[in-house]
Amino acid sequence: MPPMSGKTLYDKIWDAHVVAQQDGEAILYIDLHLIHEVTTPQAFAGLRAAGRSVRRPDRTLAVADHNVPTEGQALGVGAVADEEARLQLQTLERNVKDNGIEFFPMGDIRNGIVHVVGPEQGRTQPGMTIVCGDSHTSTHGAFGALAQGIGTSEVEHVLATQTLRQKKSKNLRVTVNGTPGPGVGAKDFALAIVGAIGTAGGTGSVIEYAGEAIRGLSMEGRMTLCNLAIEAGARAGLVAPDQTTYDYMMGRPASPKGAAWEMALAHWKTFFSDDDAVFDREVVLDAADIAPTVTWGTSPEDVVAVTGNVPSPESFATPDKKISAERALDYMGLTAGQPITEARVDVVFIGSCTNSRIEDLRSAAAVAQHAFLNGRLVAPHVRAMVVPGSGLVKEQAEEEGLDAIFKAAGFDWREPGCSMCLGMNPDRLAPGERCASTSNRNFEGRQGRGGRTHLMSPAMAAAAAIAGHIVDVREMMA
Amino acid sequence: MKAFTKLDARMAPLTMANIDTDQIIPKQFLKTVEREGLGKGLFYDFRFDEQGVEKTDFVLNRPEYSGVGVLVAGDNFGCGSSREHAPWALLDFGISCVISTSFADIFYNNCFQNGLLPVVLKPEEVQALMEEAKGGNHVVTVDLEAQTVVSPSGAAFSFQIDPQRKAKMLQGLDAIGETLTAAVDIDVYESKRALSEPWLERA
Ligand code: SF4
Repeated sequence: MPPMSGKTLYDKIWDAHVVAQQDGEAILYIDLHLIHEVTTPQAFAGLRAAGRSVRRPDRTLAVADHNVPTEGQALGVGAVADEEARLQLQTLERNVKDNGIEFFPMGDIRNGIVHVVGPEQGRTQPGMTIVCGDSHTSTHGAFGALAQGIGTSEVEHVLATQTLRQKKSKNLRVTVNGTPGPGVGAKDFALAIVGAIGTAGGTGSVIEYAGEAIRGLSMEGRMTLCNLAIEAGARAGLVAPDQTTYDYMMGRPASPKGAAWEMALAHWKTFFSDDDAVFDREVVLDAADIAPTVTWGTSPEDVVAVTGNVPSPESFATPDKKISAERALDYMGLTAGQPITEARVDVVFIGSCTNSRIEDLRSAAAVAQHAFLNGRLVAPHVRAMVVPGSGLVKEQAEEEGLDAIFKAAGFDWREPGCSMCLGMNPDRLAPGERCASTSNRNFEGRQGRGGRTHLMSPAMAAAAAIAGHIVDVREMMA
Repeated sequence: MKAFTKLDARMAPLTMANIDTDQIIPKQFLKTVEREGLGKGLFYDFRFDEQGVEKTDFVLNRPEYSGVGVLVAGDNFGCGSSREHAPWALLDFGISCVISTSFADIFYNNCFQNGLLPVVLKPEEVQALMEEAKGGNHVVTVDLEAQTVVSPSGAAFSFQIDPQRKAKMLQGLDAIGETLTAAVDIDVYESKRALSEPWLERA
C-alpha cells in the first residue's frame, strides 16, 4: 500500500458528501440547490410526469435573474415584454409555490443574480456542496464550497433526490504568490490564469487557488476569481476558508447565530488542504507579473496585458490555434500587432455574477468620479450601463451615492439581473458593436449576434467608457 | 419513467434516412416549459403544410396508422441537435419504440433516460418490417425481455442491447429511479448530517 498522504480541500468536501457508490459513480449529497427561471421548467415538468416531489425544498432557493428586464421590474412579471421570458418567469413562480421553495421574485430587494444572492444571504457556506443550472456556479467556491453548474436533467435529479451522480475530478492547484501592483485585482488574476493554463487547462479538475495574493483578496475578489474557474475548463474552483471568509459570513440572514455559529466555525475550520496533500498538477504565478488584463479574441484564454498588442496568428504554436486566432481577429475587427488600446468601444457593461458586487461598483465609481472631477464624462459615442448584482447591492450603492456618481458621469444605472452577460433580456449588442464588459464570456454572439466582447475588470471597463476605447486605468487615474 | 417490457402495437414505416431531431420536433415547439403536449409538434413539417392543413398522404396522418406505437425508420435516426424534446415528442404522440438500422448517439442515450426503446436491426430485417408495415395488418410485437421483434406475419428478429440498460428499461428506472434505489442511504446520511450540522436544518 502506498504511504497515506494528506487530503486536499476538494478531497475533504467530496468525502464528506458521498452517500453511496453505484455503477462506478458516487451519489453525492447536495447541501444547497440554487434555481432560476431558465433551466428549471422542464425539470419540474419531469418531476410531475413521474409523480415525484422535491425532496428538500428547504435546501433549495429560487431567484429570477437570467431573463428579467433591468428596468421597470416594479411593474411585475405580467409586464415583461418578451413572451418566452414571461412564460418562464411565471412557470418558476408556480413551481416554487407548488413545491414550497423559498423564492425571491423579480422586484424583491433580496432578488438578484443567483451567484450574488446565495453568498449575500449567507446561504453559501464553507464545506458545502452547491449546484445550480448555470455554469458560473463555481463562484461559490470562494467560500471553500464545492460548487458546480449542472444541466436540466441533473436539476431534476437534484430536486428529486438531493444528490448528484458523479465521478470524482482531479486536483489542480493554482498558486499566486507575491503582491499585485496598483490597479490589478481579482479579475486580472482570473484572466491571467485562464490565459496561462488555457480554456482546457482545468478540464477534469477542480482548481484550488492558493498563495499570498489569493489570501489577500476580499471575499468579493475571491468570488470573481472562482467565477472564472469554469472558463479554465475546471469543474469548480475553491479557496480555503479563513478569517476573511468568517468575517464576511458573520451576521448574514442565513448564517448560524450564537452557539450554532461557534459550532459551524469549528466545522468550517476543518476545510483546508493538508500540508502533505498531493495535487495532480500545480501551476504557480507571481502577482507582480500580472498587469491589468483584457481579452482580445473570442475565447477567455485570448488575453493580453492592456499595455500589449493584439497578437499575430503566426505567433500561435499549432495550425488549429492559428486558424482560430485568424477567425477571432476577423470577428473582432482587429488587426494583428495593433495596440489593444486602439480598440474603440461602443458599449460598456458593468455587471454579471463576475463583477456586480459592491466592491466592483465602488472601484468603477472611483474611476467615474475621478474623471468627472477632471471634467470628463462617458465618451459621447459610448452607451455605458451599470447593472448591480442584486436589489441589496443596488440599495447599498445608492446609500453610498455611487448611483449619483455613475449618472453624473453619464452611465445608465439599471435594476439587477444577468442582463448583458448573456443577452437574454433586451440588453443586447447590435452586430459589430464592441463592448468593454466585466462579464465572463467573450464567445461569438454571447452578448448579442455579431457583438464583440472584451472582458476586463470594473475599473478598466469604467475607464474605457470615459476614454471611448480600451485604456490602461492606471494612466487615467494618475 | 414508464417501464418497457413487451409491446403489441401498430407500426408505421418512415423510409427516409437521417431524420434529424429538428424534423422530429421543429424549433418553434421548443419554447414550451412543459414536456407534455409536444406530440402535436411531432414531425410537424411532414404532417402539416405551410397553412397548417394536414397532409393526408403522410403515413402518420392515414387512418390505418392511428394509434401507432412503433416507428420503423431509415438509417441514422435522431441525428442533429441534442434536444431531449425529440424523445419527449415521440412518447407524447404514443410512440414508445423506434426500430432502425442505426441511431445517432445522443438521441440513443436520451431514449433510455425517457423510456423510449430504440431497437437496432439488420438492414434486411428493417426492410422486411417496412414492407409488412405497408400492408393491412401491421401489428408488431416488441419483447424486451426476450430481445425479439415479431412481425405481423410471424417473422422473428432478435436484437442486442446493453444488459444494464435493458434491466433499467424493464424496471422503468431512469437515473433518478436508480439513485432512489439508494433512498435508505440518503435518509441515513441526512439524519447524520442533521446531528453534525444542525444549523443547516431550516424549520
Ligand atoms: S450573470 Fe451571466 S454567468 Fe452569471 S448567472 Fe447570469 S447568465 Fe450566468
